[in-house]
Formats: sequence, C-alpha cells, structure tokens
Amino acid sequence: MTDPTLRRTSLYPEHVALGARIVPFAGWEMPIQYSGIVDEHQAVRSAAGLFDVSHMGELRLWGQYSGHVVDYLVTGDATKIVDGQAMYTCACNELGTILDDLIVYRRGPEDWLVVCNGANRSKMSAHFAHAAKDHCDFEDQSDATALIALQGPKAFNVLAAAGAGDLASLKSFHFRDAKVAGVATTTARTGYTGEDGVEIFCRWADAPTVWRALIAAGRPLGLKPVGLGARDTLRLEARLSLYGNDIDETTNPLEAGLAWIVALQKDNFIGAEALRKVAASPLSRKLVGFEMVGRGIARHGYVLRDTGGRDVGICTSGSPGPTVGKNIGLGYLPAELSAVGTPFLVDCRGKNIEAVVVKTPFYKRPKAATNQGTN
Amino acid sequence: MSEVKVPEELRYTKDHEWARPGGADVAVGVTAFAVEQLGEVTLVSIDVKVGDTVAAGKAFGTIESVKTLSDLFAPVAGKVVRINDALTSKPELVNEDCYGKAWMIALVPTDPQAIASLMDASAYREHLKAEAH
Repeated sequence: MTDPTLRRTSLYPEHVALGARIVPFAGWEMPIQYSGIVDEHQAVRSAAGLFDVSHMGELRLWGQYSGHVVDYLVTGDATKIVDGQAMYTCACNELGTILDDLIVYRRGPEDWLVVCNGANRSKMSAHFAHAAKDHCDFEDQSDATALIALQGPKAFNVLAAAGAGDLASLKSFHFRDAKVAGVATTTARTGYTGEDGVEIFCRWADAPTVWRALIAAGRPLGLKPVGLGARDTLRLEARLSLYGNDIDETTNPLEAGLAWIVALQKDNFIGAEALRKVAASPLSRKLVGFEMVGRGIARHGYVLRDTGGRDVGICTSGSPGPTVGKNIGLGYLPAELSAVGTPFLVDCRGKNIEAVVVKTPFYKRPKAATNQGTN
Repeated sequence: MSEVKVPEELRYTKDHEWARPGGADVAVGVTAFAVEQLGEVTLVSIDVKVGDTVAAGKAFGTIESVKTLSDLFAPVAGKVVRINDALTSKPELVNEDCYGKAWMIALVPTDPQAIASLMDASAYREHLKAEAH
C-alpha cells in the first residue's frame, strides 16, 4: 500500500492512531474517513469536526507591490479587504477559465497570504512566483505550514475549552495571530463546510500539539475527526465548488455561479478581457444544483440529458446529502434548462434517472447555530 | 484492520460476494468485508428480474455508498428465482445484517456443482489477508 512518492502531513500518525482509513489524494496520504462519512458529516452539522487540510498550499507575497501582484492575479477585488481580512476568490488564465480557487489573506498592506488547493500547489506556486518576479518577494511556505480546520456550531466552544476563547470575537472572513494550545497560530474564521468555524495555520511540527488539544477539548462536546469523504459531502450540501470537479481550466467563474467573486469593474486582472466578453452575452451553460427524483445517485462525470433523451450536460459532483436526506448533485446544463424546477435525466450507468434543478445551497445553517458560535 | 465476520457455512468470491449453498436455491449477498469497505450503504440496485438467467461473474446490480459504487457479481451462473425487494426501501439492511436480511438475489445454479468451486470460509479468510497487503 505504501507508495514512496506520496507525502504525509505531520498529522499522519494522529490519523492512524484514530483509526482512519488512508487514501492517496493529490499526492498525499490523507484520511478519507475515521468513524464513517455520515457519522462525521453529522458531527460537523450538530457539534464540531476537526480536519487536517495541511496538504493545501500557502503562498506568501510581501513588499511594496505585493498587493498589486495579488490583485492582478485574482478575479476578486483585493483592494477592498483590510488588514486581518480574507476573501474567497479565484485565479483565471487569459481565457478567463479557472486555474484555482483561493483564499487571499491580507496580513498587512504589503504582506499577503494566498491559500490554494493541494492538487494545484505546484501550478499556483509557479504562477504567483512568476508574477512576483521583479515586483515583490515571494515564498512558497506550504512545506512549513500546517492547516487544521475546526468546523461546526460548537467550534468556538471547543476553542474556549482548549483555552483560545478570545477567538469568538473574530468576524467572518477575518483572522488574527492567536495562541491555540500554547502554539503560535494564525486563526481565520473561514471554512468550507457550510458551518461556522475556523481554520488554524501553524508551523508544520506544531500541528500535532494543536490537533491533540482540540481533540481532547472537543470530544466531550461531540467533536469528531473528519476525513475527506465527509468534507466532500459537507461542501456539496453548501454548494461550495470543488476544484477538479465543478471548476477547472475548462470552466469560467461566471458559468460556475461564481460571479460574486469576479470584480469585472476593477482595473485589470488576468482573464478580465475574456470574462468581460463572457459577461456581455447570455451564458450558454450554467452550473446548477439538482436533486434526484428517481432512484439513483449521480456521480462526477455522468451525462445529463433533456427529457427527450438528448445529451445536454455533465454532472460534476454528486452524492447522497446526509443532512438534506436526498441524493444531490451539481452539473452543467444549457441555460435554457437551468431554471429551478426544470426536469431532466441523469444517465446512471445506462439508466436514465429523473432529476430536477433545485435552488442552492442545498443546506443552509440555521441562524441559531450561527449565533451560538459568536457567544 | 479489524477481524470481519466470515460465516463457515457460506461460499465466497474474490469480489466479496457470498453464496449460501444447501437450500432449494442459492442466496447471494455481499460480505462484511465489502460492507466495511463501502461504509453506509445508500442504494442497492438489482438490475435483473425473476426468471432472468445470469452468467457467473456478470454484474446483476450495483451497490452504492456515500462515496462509491460497486458492481454486484453473480458468484455462479443460474436462473434468478427470488429478489430481495426490501433493499429498495431499506438499503441500510446491508450494514445491519449483510449475511441475513440483506441477501440480494437467489439463484438456481445452471451447474449444481459450480458452487463447490467457490472459496470456502478459510480460503476467503486467506484471500482477505492477501488483500490487506
């Protein structure tokens, strides 16, 4: 089973000790599940879950022009965020299709952190390094930086139990340097599960200390370690795009429903011209959310058909939604078939199973759970 | 990996189906090892009807969990005489009782001797050990 080309995060021994099933993912040996996907999914929705996402890439840019470089590479308006604030955005190529989706953190006017997907780390590292050349300093800090996500309505109770209670005052998409379990971290109120929570950056070697402290403090509150399996069902229910599935270099952010992270009006950025062109006419296809009506589960790559049986689109993500209690999915459909309520078919391995376009997100966290985190 | 249940009286395939010999027909299901690998079963789809003939090693349906889909293979050739319709509405029976209530189809084998060529419990246990490495 051991593939010498696969890398391990500093939390690998913790995963093994917790009985995780380990799989290869984006060049890493990562936990796919511990107690079971549905069990972990429900723990995050009802209490809290702890995720090792250290495989993600951390790119640091600093110096006088670092803000300009970042702003030029991303579709969002980086000039709109302040020190200690982060934003979800993406980087496009000149064709206006997506190189990666990112979170950009402004540490200071001349100090920026960009977090990219693990699978895209080399590509994005080269992309940012190239743009930084002669303009600002750049360092790929991925190998030195661990990332732990703590998500769920009890996330801040867990932090308080672990002695980091003052973090509850963090606003959404803001971050600050903070001690967690005595370890120096940068903690951000971000995540990718549809729940409230934080993502905690720390030094690679310090991650086990933080992990163990949060597991110990969180267990009595219902916290569970969560693998990539439930991470996928959680993000799908919240309609958060997965790079490589829902978005990639063949899709643009406008058709992917990510217009809200594209600041077409800002000065200039890579892909601006192409995206302005896309925006000038009606979209030909759209990424929609759907529910299965018939008995079947849509999966990535399944063909979507109109009710006449004509191939019209492709499913990009699909699985049972443990919280919504339905088989759900995302897929690209022609604009004329993208309205909520439109029936269509999913080719589930040779069988045309009925499905219908629905409103997304499939799951939205209850208000009470949002408030609980801030108390 | 924890020890999974491998009942002595059943026969097994390398794809982790079991077959129950000794009755009027041969009931077929998936093993506890298969269930452990799948996790929570969310859909069982039997794609044959009573009266159909299935070939040995050919898919007669699919089983899906949250993350994965697997084919269900006929351990031996035969005629389908019973189908467990309960799995349509209660796929979770596979997790609860894979060797009992979650039988999937029952066959009358074309060759009554064919089932003897499948692995017995001890051979299947060896097969599981080999798969773990």
